Order: sequence, then structure tokens, then C-alpha cells
Amino acid sequence: MNASIRLPAAPELDYLLRLADTCLISGQRLGEWCGHGPILEEDIALANMALDLVGQARALLTLAGQRSGQCGGTGFDEDQLAFLRDEGAYRNPTLAELPRGDFAFTILRNLVLSTWLKLVWERLSDSSEAELAAIAGKALKEARYHQQHAADWTVRLGDGTEESRRRCVSALARIAAYLPELFEDDAVDAAAVASGLGPAWSSIREPWLAEMAEVLGEVELTLPEPTGFRSTGKTGRHSEHMGYLLAEMQYLQRAYPGGAW
Amino acid sequence: MSTENEWPLWEVFVRTKAGLDHKHCGSLHAADAKMAVQMARDVYTRRQEGCSVWVVRSDQIVASDPSDKDMYFDPAEDKVYRHPTFYKLPDSVDQM
Repeated sequence: MNASIRLPAAPELDYLLRLADTCLISGQRLGEWCGHGPILEEDIALANMALDLVGQARALLTLAGQRSGQCGGTGFDEDQLAFLRDEGAYRNPTLAELPRGDFAFTILRNLVLSTWLKLVWERLSDSSEAELAAIAGKALKEARYHQQHAADWTVRLGDGTEESRRRCVSALARIAAYLPELFEDDAVDAAAVASGLGPAWSSIREPWLAEMAEVLGEVELTLPEPTGFRSTGKTGRHSEHMGYLLAEMQYLQRAYPGGAW
Repeated sequence: MSTENEWPLWEVFVRTKAGLDHKHCGSLHAADAKMAVQMARDVYTRRQEGCSVWVVRSDQIVASDPSDKDMYFDPAEDKVYRHPTFYKLPDSVDQM
């Protein structure tokens, strides 16, 4: 009951898991701020957003679990998918799993991911999969707020003190290396486009760059050019941080199978 | 933290649904009005408490002095005739 589950190889399942795990792992990282926020109000705001993301992940994992059953594998529920996969079966881009860092890093990663997710949700509203379109419609409202929250803080920090600006610049430098993964296609994208399930990730790039430039430009920050490095989380090859994150996230279900309260 | 480095205090008013009035529900610290509205949303409406929020700087509220309480409010105690309960309404006026 606490053994790892295996999923069938199917591009549409991967497409759903890439999104679901982006939400799940971002939510897990944001949740780490609970009790550590710079001020009480912000602590609550970050926890609220973490819960929004976990909620989005739940809906997507439920859908993916049903899809697993239809693709020749076993059907799974959201909890099995969230807690009983091995590291290599998680499909989030590496950026989502990087440690939460300082407040500037968290805010800028939130800006990157919430802008990206918002654009993906917008496109998914036309998905050929009705349930995915419905999830997207609900998630879009949440992502809009997440983006606004991150954008406001980006401007405050970028235009704040010497230290806050320095921290923003160094956060962007760290994040930039992981951006190509968010905009490069593979067979999973091709299959999703062919079936009408959702957009190719490369098609998000232009609008994403435009929205990012609008926010960063307000305080004269820029995204550094990407290097030759390519992160590979969405194909299941994660950074060294992922194992620790999963150990903490999965501990209860692995130690007390089926535990609930 | 010294008071001069602290963000100002804001009072938060939440309207539970359209047509009702905004009710005071608490306060929070925020650097400016925009942040105060955003934080009020996150702190005070996360359980579907509202559809609109107002914030106002606490130091902008002028309040009556607690030591004036006796002088201000006690004299109303025995003036029951100030309530409109001594009028007989005509039958044609119902629902009042």
C-alpha cells in the first residue's frame, strides 16, 4: 500500500503530469514559507497561494489518474499520484523544485511560474478535454492573482533598497538557467497539439517574454540570457534537491499508508 | 523593531455581499494602500468572507475620547422618547 506506483508510458499522461507536478511541487515549496514569512500578512498570502497550487494539482492529478487507467495502466487517485511515485516519475520542470531561497528568489520564481501558468491556463480553456478546460477556467483566476502579487513585490524589491535589488538580480541570474525548459517542445507537446489537449510549451514563450518584460522593465531589471545548460525535470531527471523535497512530502503516506485525518 | 521602521497600521472593512455595508473586521500592517488592500484580501477574505474590501490608515481615524464616555453617552439613557416607538402607524403602512 506504500509501495511506489508505476505509470504507463503515454504522452497525454505526461502532458497532464507536467502541469500537475509544476503546481504540486511549487505548492510544496511555497508552503515551506508557512511560519517563516517576513511578516504575518505575507506568511498567510504565501500559504494561500500554496494551497491554490495544491488544489490545482489535485484536480489535474485526479484527471491524470483516470487517464492512466485509460492508457492501459492502472487507474490511480490523486493521493497515490502525489505521494507514491518515485522521483523519476515526477514531471515538473526543474525550476519548480529549486529550494525556496530568500524572499526575492521566491517572489521572482513565483513571477516566472505564475505568468507561465496563467498563459497555459488561458490556452487550456480551449482544450479538447472538457474537464481540463474546466480546471483551467477555475485556475486562471487564481493564477492572475498570483501573478499580480509577485509583480507587485518584484517592483517593490527591485526599486527598494540596494540590498533588495541585489537579491533580485542574483535571483534572476539563478532562475535564468532553468527557463529554456519551460519553452522547449518534445514529443509530449507534439501529441498534445495533435489531439487538441493543450498548447505546445514553445508557444507560451513570446507572450511570456512580453509580460515579464513589462513587469521587470518597470524597475529596469532584465532576464539574463540563458546559458547552454538544460534542465530536464519534465522528463523525470531532476536536480539534487528533488529527493529531499519528496522525502519530506511523501513521508507520512509512506510511513503510515492510507493515513488520513 | 523600532516604531519608526514599522509599516503603518490599516483598519480593514469587509463587505460580505453586494447591498450590505462594509463592516470593520480587523487591522494589519502594510507599507502603502495597494499592499494593504492586497493583504486584506489574503488575511480577511480567504474563507469567502467578502466581495469588497476597504482599508483606511488607522491614524486617519478620529475617535471619541474614552474619558468623555460618561459625558457623551450616558445622558441618552433615560431619553426613551427619542425612540420612534410612541407613534401609532396607520394600518396602510405595513412592513415598517
